[in-house]
Amino acid sequence: MNGDSISYREAVREAIREAIRNDDRVFLMGEDVGHYGGCYAVTKGLLQEFGEARVRDTPLSESGFVGAGIGAALGGMRPIVEVMTVNFSLLASDQIVNNAATLRHMSGNQVGVPLVIRMATGAGKQLAAQHSHSLENWYAHVPGLKVLAPATLADARYLLAQALADPDPVLIFEHVLLYNETGPLPKAEDCPDMHKALVRRPGSQLSLVTYGGSLPKAMQAAEILAGRGLDVEVIDLRCLRPLDTQTIFTSVKKTKRLLVVDEGWRTGSLAGEICAQVAEHCFWSLDAPPQRLCSQEVPIPYPKHLELAATPQVEQIVAAAAAMLEAR
Amino acid sequence: MKAKAEELDHQLTLLREMLRIRRFEERCAELYMAEKIRGFLHLYIGEEGVAVGMMQALAPDDAVVATYREHGHALARGLDIKAVMAEMFGKASGCSRGRGGSMHIFDGPRRFFGGNAIVAGALPMAVGLALADKLKGLSRVTCCFFGEGAAAEGEFHESLNLAQLWQLPLLLVCENNGYAMGTALAISESEQRISHKAEGYGMVAREVDGMDVLAVEAAARECVDAIKQGKGPRFLECHTYRFRGHSMFDTQLYRSQDEVAAWQEKGPIVRLRRKLEAAGALDEAKWQQLEDELRQELNEAVAFAEQAALEPVEKLTWGVYQEGAS
Ligand SMILES: Cc1ncc(C[n+]2csc(CCOP(=O)(O)OP(=O)(O)O)c2C)c(N)n1
Repeated sequence: MNGDSISYREAVREAIREAIRNDDRVFLMGEDVGHYGGCYAVTKGLLQEFGEARVRDTPLSESGFVGAGIGAALGGMRPIVEVMTVNFSLLASDQIVNNAATLRHMSGNQVGVPLVIRMATGAGKQLAAQHSHSLENWYAHVPGLKVLAPATLADARYLLAQALADPDPVLIFEHVLLYNETGPLPKAEDCPDMHKALVRRPGSQLSLVTYGGSLPKAMQAAEILAGRGLDVEVIDLRCLRPLDTQTIFTSVKKTKRLLVVDEGWRTGSLAGEICAQVAEHCFWSLDAPPQRLCSQEVPIPYPKHLELAATPQVEQIVAAAAAMLEAR
Repeated sequence: MKAKAEELDHQLTLLREMLRIRRFEERCAELYMAEKIRGFLHLYIGEEGVAVGMMQALAPDDAVVATYREHGHALARGLDIKAVMAEMFGKASGCSRGRGGSMHIFDGPRRFFGGNAIVAGALPMAVGLALADKLKGLSRVTCCFFGEGAAAEGEFHESLNLAQLWQLPLLLVCENNGYAMGTALAISESEQRISHKAEGYGMVAREVDGMDVLAVEAAARECVDAIKQGKGPRFLECHTYRFRGHSMFDTQLYRSQDEVAAWQEKGPIVRLRRKLEAAGALDEAKWQQLEDELRQELNEAVAFAEQAALEPVEKLTWGVYQEGAS
């Protein structure tokens, strides 16, 4: 931390530090979280501060240690498991989808899994396909999981405590482009109930719904559109499962137009789901077909220009919103 | 050294426990044919000596983790037979509220954590249960059952490595019945002594005759004692055999009737029965009495399950998240 400002990375670290300090049951484990300091430097210094029992380096065994987190949660602990990126979480997807998400229901509500799994997601660092995917949509498909996407410093700092207090498994997706974002020290009040979507910028003519790494882009786009006299409302989902559809519907009923921005691939995307729900529930309020701006149907490529072209960018958000508004 | 009479009494209890599981599952097979029980039904018949022997060494607050072939483990662990039968029927009063069925038997208070139908999927979870106890400084054991087929999965290796690396209070029990569905060990593993794989991770491992409930019990006690003394995890490979098919759909083309018959001769129940008869602790009348008691108990369990209510469809999405948490 530096003066009164903080980075997203530091905000997450502060959240973890607070959690470990406040609750004996909390411990952190994952690949390189300790001696190395975290692959995105999020957990730097925590090993020195808390010791090896509370900050555990694990072998390269995603399935093994995520499953161990599930077991530790069953056993009364409150583990925070870090999986380096969502890409590698697929090696643990059996544990996440077949165990964490199902145990409560299969056991007739007798055993719950109060586990938090954090992972990095998203493109933008030219890491090529196997390190750039946005698969939080896939997990958001699964009943039994809760899926969070902190996009602001306040959420990075304060969502973790709520996730740890939740009796069910919560997955937290941190977009890699957000780690270096900095801003004034956030306040806990700026991070209300994790299940709530928030209006980040009020507007009257179009609802721009997004989350995570796309939020800053959407905010920028809204600024540019405002310069052209177009008034856009930006909604940050924050929680991808369960979806706070009420906030979306209220907004769309007011603005009568919906554009969803989602870094997942278009086919089978969360954006598609939101469009469908809006079509089902707000059809008679709509002045235009719901639109979505997603990643292109391609594994995220390495070269900068192609990576940018594959994922939604500010100019495209501006163009898509303007096209919907100017077609009035 | 226990007094002889006391020892024979204990052996009679073990016999009763094994026979109870056997009769329970035979009844389940009938109920399956009568379409009262559906889905996959994996019988444990022939392997009862392992679960019953192992459970003798576990305390009530130790944890048990099992696979889809877990009726024996559940009953030996002391789950209510009525609740287990109702679960087989998918009724609301089943031990998993009917949500799990045969493959997902759970009992929170008894620390019975499944009932897992993903081969090797529960091993990492068992590692975590043991880790939680170690972190809390509790002297408890987590006992995890799995088949020899699980040794081919990556999660088996990840789990053994973690358990040994972190010196966890974990007892890994491999129920080696020679077949993963229809795949014999010899055609699936380069190293067929599963205990050697555990040794490869530096773990203390041993093998035991799983058809001898007394041998299993003795081995289990030794392992649990060592674990509770903080000596790290233990691996026990129990050589056993299932007399029935893998599930109710198995035509058993992969093995001969002679092979099955040879193993049946060595069955855990006949073996202990003969031993007790030779010692004069059991006769035909006493056996009949035992059978009658078990039949009575089972009839009551089936009647309970038959009469139990189905969960109303309105409650379909209940129990996905903790109520009131969102
Ligand atoms: C990950 C996974 N792959 C395949 C299956 C299908 N399957 C169910 S049981 C089984 C055989 C397992 O054999 P083993 O571990 O030896 O246990 P046993 O059934 O003999 O008790 C297989 C292949 C499964 N349930 N899970």
